[in-house]
Amino acid sequence: MNWLMVAIIVGCTALGDLLQSFEMKRHVVTVEDLRPGRLPGMLARLAQRKFLLLAVFLMAISFFAFIKLLSIADLSFAVPVTAASVVIETILARLVLRESVTRWRWAGAIFVAAGVALLAM
Amino acid sequence: MWRVDLKTKLLTVFVVLTNVLGNFFLSWGMKHQPADLGLSPLAYLRLIFSPWSLLGTALLILWLLSRMTLLGWADLSYVLPVTSIGYVFTALLGRFFLGEKITPLRWLGTLLIVIGISFVGLTRPDTTAEALP
Repeated sequence: MNWLMVAIIVGCTALGDLLQSFEMKRHVVTVEDLRPGRLPGMLARLAQRKFLLLAVFLMAISFFAFIKLLSIADLSFAVPVTAASVVIETILARLVLRESVTRWRWAGAIFVAAGVALLAM
Repeated sequence: MWRVDLKTKLLTVFVVLTNVLGNFFLSWGMKHQPADLGLSPLAYLRLIFSPWSLLGTALLILWLLSRMTLLGWADLSYVLPVTSIGYVFTALLGRFFLGEKITPLRWLGTLLIVIGISFVGLTRPDTTAEALP
């Protein structure tokens, strides 16, 4: 049960982030869009992107699975295992989004994931 | 030589702040409630609509939208590690305002995160913009 929840959390988070990154790179929000007067129009545009809506849905599932995991496992288990998603998502960003992940970036992702795991102890 | 443009820097700071403060106020709202909620759904509704929890929720909505925008301006493999500095600030807020303890192991974790972020900070934030149609 614990590992099923971990799989749901990491899977939904990774897929949600991939979809958001994919969509946002194609429908770039500019600095001008962040002006208060233009925000409603921008939100309406974003709400029409099916992948973005799917991403928000996946994040909600991931959130509730995390709450569920917290109720059946320790926080010191839940946070470190979900920190692994930083490394998994970096791999997916390289393979799926074709981002250029240099050695520095790999090292950074691994250090951050290890650090988050330690913070939760 | 590349450089991180100002808008990406500012938005990164905004994403981190809304995340850290949103979680903090939500947690503050939860901790400053009458001890026993009982079984009444009304008590839970009152908790959710308490000023601190509402402020926390509003900040987390801003976080979601600003992070989405940031993902359009910078790589996923850049945004993820760099915004992880939020974990460190959350631990510090917990230490100073919620009376939580930071063990030596946690300080080590903080150090690793900061080292990791400075590594990622050496890389170009957006590597796919040119490849797009």
